[in-house]
Amino acid sequence: MIRRGYITGPVLGALWMLVLSITVAVAMSFTTGDAFRPGAWLSVLWGAIAGGVMVRFGRGRAIQAGILMAVVVLVLVGIGPMLTGVETGRAARMFGAALLGAGFAMSLAAILNEVVPGKLTRHEFEGAVIRFLTGFGYIFFTAIVLIPFYVMVMTSFKNQSELIQNPLDFSVDLSKGVELFRSYDELFTQFNFGTYLLNSFFISVLTVFITLAFAIPGAYAVARLRFSGRAAFSRSILLIYMVPMIVLALPIYIAFSMTGLRNSFWGIVMIYPVTTIPVALYMLQGYFRGLPAEIEEAGLMDGLSRMAVIWKITLPLSLPALASVSLYVFMIAWNEFLLAFMLLDDPSKFTLTRGIASLNSSEIPRQHLMAGSVIATVPIMALFLGLERFMTKGLTAGSVKG
Amino acid sequence: MADIQPPIGTGPLAKREARLAWGLLFPTITAVALVVVLPLLAIFWISVKPVELADLRAPEVVLREDIRGDFDTAGDEATIRYRLRNSSQDQPITGVTFSDVIPEGLTVLSLDDRCNIEVRALNCDFGDWEPGLRETLTIPILVEQAYLDNGLRPQDSPATTTGTASNILTNSTFTLDNFARIFNGDEFVEVLWVTLFYTVFGTIGALQVGLFAALLLNKSFKGQGILRGLYFFPYVAPVIAVAFAWLILFDPFSGSANALLLQMGVTSEAINFFGERPLALIMVTVFEIWRYFPLSFLFILARMQSIDTDMYEAADMDGASPFQQFWYLSVPQLLGILSVLFLLRFIWTFNKFDDIFLLTGGNAGTRTLTVNVYEQAFAISNIGAGAAVAVVIFGCLLTFSIFFLKYISQEEGL
Repeated sequence: MIRRGYITGPVLGALWMLVLSITVAVAMSFTTGDAFRPGAWLSVLWGAIAGGVMVRFGRGRAIQAGILMAVVVLVLVGIGPMLTGVETGRAARMFGAALLGAGFAMSLAAILNEVVPGKLTRHEFEGAVIRFLTGFGYIFFTAIVLIPFYVMVMTSFKNQSELIQNPLDFSVDLSKGVELFRSYDELFTQFNFGTYLLNSFFISVLTVFITLAFAIPGAYAVARLRFSGRAAFSRSILLIYMVPMIVLALPIYIAFSMTGLRNSFWGIVMIYPVTTIPVALYMLQGYFRGLPAEIEEAGLMDGLSRMAVIWKITLPLSLPALASVSLYVFMIAWNEFLLAFMLLDDPSKFTLTRGIASLNSSEIPRQHLMAGSVIATVPIMALFLGLERFMTKGLTAGSVKG
Repeated sequence: MADIQPPIGTGPLAKREARLAWGLLFPTITAVALVVVLPLLAIFWISVKPVELADLRAPEVVLREDIRGDFDTAGDEATIRYRLRNSSQDQPITGVTFSDVIPEGLTVLSLDDRCNIEVRALNCDFGDWEPGLRETLTIPILVEQAYLDNGLRPQDSPATTTGTASNILTNSTFTLDNFARIFNGDEFVEVLWVTLFYTVFGTIGALQVGLFAALLLNKSFKGQGILRGLYFFPYVAPVIAVAFAWLILFDPFSGSANALLLQMGVTSEAINFFGERPLALIMVTVFEIWRYFPLSFLFILARMQSIDTDMYEAADMDGASPFQQFWYLSVPQLLGILSVLFLLRFIWTFNKFDDIFLLTGGNAGTRTLTVNVYEQAFAISNIGAGAAVAVVIFGCLLTFSIFFLKYISQEEGL
């Protein structure tokens, strides 16, 4: 039944209009702070009509322009798929209506590309559904990923009164200039965030080096050398990766309290690498296994010792894997919260995550909390975006068979 | 002439290789043993001990000393006062002694009979102390010119104290109270139910959303790389940063989500997303899905891109529709990675602590087993009970792991 152009077109049109009117209403609310809301039933009605029109009369430029005009007029009159409040400015209303109309007309034409009146083949029908789902998917994922980060950044640029006045308004008042960064300035001058940033950086870098120093020989042994207990060992690495941190944190807390290692930089540096060695070892051994053994054997025949083989042949060949493992370990150490939270009490030794946790009190305004979050997020994001290829390759290398 | 036979047992070369292998593994094994195996054993030990947070600091003799009285000129009299106490309110200390050096120029006039003085070295022996005992010792002295000239005060030479207290962590008191306490009543059933809900729905949800995202990006177009990087953000960002961003977004009083819902007429009053049962549990599960879908997305995408495209071309020729291709070609190919991911994510979600701790602190019906460890050990200050919960967690994990190893060794040929 549903595989008929006269039904498929209006149904997809109605659903698509619903998706777009919600999207545009949310986007306009966030950017202007004014009242925009989608009208659910009106969206379904107008969307279905537009879908029917496109199936009946084709998807040419004239039809698209007509739908655009119709949407704009309907929204401005107040019976459109998107409703606006009384105080909403004329320009914002116009812009929102045009955005919705243009977006809807063009994308629906693409979605209903092969839909004709009458009976559809499976291919035509499923193609249209897939195009609808793809469009929905891009909007959905981009929205759920961006909105929390957007909220984080925008909140950090506001001040207390602005935040309470209109929680919806996420426009940035650029005229404030440097004043926008006031929270950041206060974090660095009054809350020691410069120190936290350095602490986090040094701890993470040290963790990376110590982890590699332990994991490279271990991974090589597991991947290349024959010894009894090899299979058991490589399984127990995985098992150790399964032990929850909170279970270990409790005895570590007790031991550190008794030996006075709590609240010390070195205590943290001792404990972080051990949490990352198993995963680094697992990732590296997967990569080492993929390297051709013949090159190493040739090296051995030519009189190199094993150590020299690792140093001169294996490591240079596995630089991409080393980069991805380093990045991953750096990320774990940089983002680590539980151990830092439990083991550090002295503000001069805080890492960034511990520093942010200390901002979470009712006396400290929320824009400071968000500015702290931005400070912790930006470096790791930048690093990740720059080296994304390594990261995604390395994560999957150890565990996906091609 | 002797028969030529294959070598029996391991030859010297193989032995050398094995020795090298263990040598290379030695640092890792030591570190892991110290930080993973030892604490795990400790957890079992602590779980049967009546340990409270306060017991971590062993009872000790606390001593303060000062000099009292007016003494401006030589020949004045004054007193040195020692105030001592047992720092613990419930642990005795045995064999308490202390020793100190009286500064030059002070002459002791009379002495408590538990003390003796030789030249200027003062030694006192108090025997055994009850819990919470306080003691004040005053020693009258005569001030001489030498003292006034020196400017050395009695406090400047720190007194040393001795005394042995039995440490609750190492003595031989054992108890099963911890287990009795955590298994007691409805609370434990609720914790188990919450853990199960969170783990099962968090895992399945993250897999499904990840699969959807992978299907979206499994084609090459301009901007595919950017979108892939973007969809990875939730996983890469520090958990504390995104958790607080969610809290602020969904704040009941000034959160944007509530303002938006109110404006759209979906709700007539603000919703306390992280403070109401059962909404809080659903929200932390949604957060878990949001934060970890990138991981399943990445693994599924990697697997999809390694599937041979010939198969799809053949299916196309035979007239299979897109949905049929997905269901009969892609899904069977992805089943392996999906089940491995399911097992891995199941265990990791089960282990997850930070997310719930930061979002709700385990309130409003979101206390999972891992959060319960923290709750018992630090909020209620009962380390023993916390360790008992940890033992329960470990037991569950051991069960999962046996299942996991059986399965994953077939999948991965480990």
